[in-house]
Amino acid sequence: MKLTDEQMQALGDLRDHVSSLLGQDLISAEILKQELIITVVRGSIVKVLTTLRDDVNCRFSQLVELTAVDYPQREERFDVVYCLLSMKHNQRIRVKVSTDENTPVASVVPVFSTANWFEREVWDMYGVFFADHPDLRRILTDYGFQGHPLRKDFPLTGHVEMRYDEDQKRVVYEPVKLVQDFRNWDFLSPWEGMTTRWLPGDEKATAKAEGK
Amino acid sequence: MSETQIKNLNINFGPQHPAAHGVLRLVLELDGEVVDRADPHIGLLHRGTEKLIEHKTYVQALPYFDRLDYCSPINMEHSYVLAVEKLLGIEVPERAKLIRTLFAELVRIGNHLLNVPSYAMDVGAMTPMLWAFEERELIFEFCEAVCGARMHMAYFRPGGVSQDLPAGLAERIRQWANEFPNYVRDMETMITNNRIFKQRTVDIGVVTPEEALDWGFAGPNLRASGFAWDLRKSQPYDAYEDMDFDIPIGKTGDCYDRYLVRVEEMHQSLRIIHQCLDRMEKVKGPVKTDDRKATPPKRGEMKGSMEALIHHFKLFTEGFHVPAGETYVATEAPKGEFGVYLVSDGSNRPYKCKIRSPGYVHLQAMDLMSKGHMLADIPAIIGSIDVVFGEIDR
Repeated sequence: MKLTDEQMQALGDLRDHVSSLLGQDLISAEILKQELIITVVRGSIVKVLTTLRDDVNCRFSQLVELTAVDYPQREERFDVVYCLLSMKHNQRIRVKVSTDENTPVASVVPVFSTANWFEREVWDMYGVFFADHPDLRRILTDYGFQGHPLRKDFPLTGHVEMRYDEDQKRVVYEPVKLVQDFRNWDFLSPWEGMTTRWLPGDEKATAKAEGK
Repeated sequence: MSETQIKNLNINFGPQHPAAHGVLRLVLELDGEVVDRADPHIGLLHRGTEKLIEHKTYVQALPYFDRLDYCSPINMEHSYVLAVEKLLGIEVPERAKLIRTLFAELVRIGNHLLNVPSYAMDVGAMTPMLWAFEERELIFEFCEAVCGARMHMAYFRPGGVSQDLPAGLAERIRQWANEFPNYVRDMETMITNNRIFKQRTVDIGVVTPEEALDWGFAGPNLRASGFAWDLRKSQPYDAYEDMDFDIPIGKTGDCYDRYLVRVEEMHQSLRIIHQCLDRMEKVKGPVKTDDRKATPPKRGEMKGSMEALIHHFKLFTEGFHVPAGETYVATEAPKGEFGVYLVSDGSNRPYKCKIRSPGYVHLQAMDLMSKGHMLADIPAIIGSIDVVFGEIDR
């Protein structure tokens, strides 16, 4: 899995090439953990993916993955992530755009047909709207489902549960009733070595040291 | 004579259809017996795996991967453990790499043993299926011997594998690997040149190289369309770098080529298995990293060492913390590129875990492949792209 020095060099060259190729559309390009990640302007995503697909030095011919990540504390809470693969150059690139609940992202179905279901899934799971998508229906959830389950503010248990009702002779939906409260254990502890982060209680130690 | 109104017929294929390989509801628009449009409705097996993983520690999340593609559970774990290891930045001992490679290939054969004959059964051949299940059972026995579970193994762990092979298992696998080609030969005599099988599959569901790229095809389906692309070769992980094997490719990209590619892949997997076994005779040593912050200590150590006991307790309650970051790791699963996009926020649980399953993209191309074909070709096409709904619906 580890890239050789040569491949890392090629990845660095690709970053420089992509940076000069995209110009104004590019917000940032960085190599993290041997993976090239570029962030681009939301409005030009279709243009960027077309360029990456057709440019001779890129040839990212396949869209292998399209997903979103939810960061509720941010102003534009969603990152839409496109993973591309170049078989010609044996390289991968990740393209990111950010958006919020109301701002649509242009659909990339005209560039990669495979984006169709991926975008439907992101719409279903996160509620990110894709403009000009040919068929933006829900895909994985139930017919008539409400809400977007992979958002961080959507509870793990969901809102409704269903059962077969013997009297009505059909499946009925009811609000979720839990027999016991939903348990979400917090195992985080100040166990140094597991984490290098600041933990509750650490500030006392520094305050003491400073006081002395 | 007055004109008769001719209307296309809409029918439901599934959700409970034996040839749908799971719970697939395929809405077909038929013009007579010719398919005009195929609209797969998926999600009937959606279990919210990705949401559940966000609420589990990294080790607890692992068994969910077994339950994605339940025909090749080990290969699903493979991407995940590699992703976690990449974020943790830990190295895996040589022997663990070999064991992982060995079992990934064993299970790959197991997967093809399910897919190929059941595909043949979809188009009318019963016997290969019965024979294949006998062979599959032997592979399950190896899995059971090594970790106690036949299918949902949870055998690969971040940092290595859960335990070493028991005494004598390597010899048993080698013996099986020597005899297995006989089964493939028998199966091939029944299917490969069978007139009925060829009539049902040759030139059915053709995918051109351009379409295969556009629709994101991967694995055997991509290779059947003529691309010599295999992540085990091009972006090798674990011990694949040192393995000698060939990549079979097809010419036309039809259902028959997809079958041929899978059969040849079984032979190539056997070559890798032999190489792994040969090298494992020389490579002894630990099967998981000795970094106690990621892997639990040995049982014996725990009896005498307080430190070891604490490590064990913390690892199975709090779990390890993964440094903040994100990665996309893909491996060559039997069905194609299986990727895990893992985002960590530095805590003990994944912040986000997206599973890229090959079946999802292949099934999407159903409309493309079935347009203009007869209704009876639909089972052949579904069988040939090797879909499993555990991974599609997640």
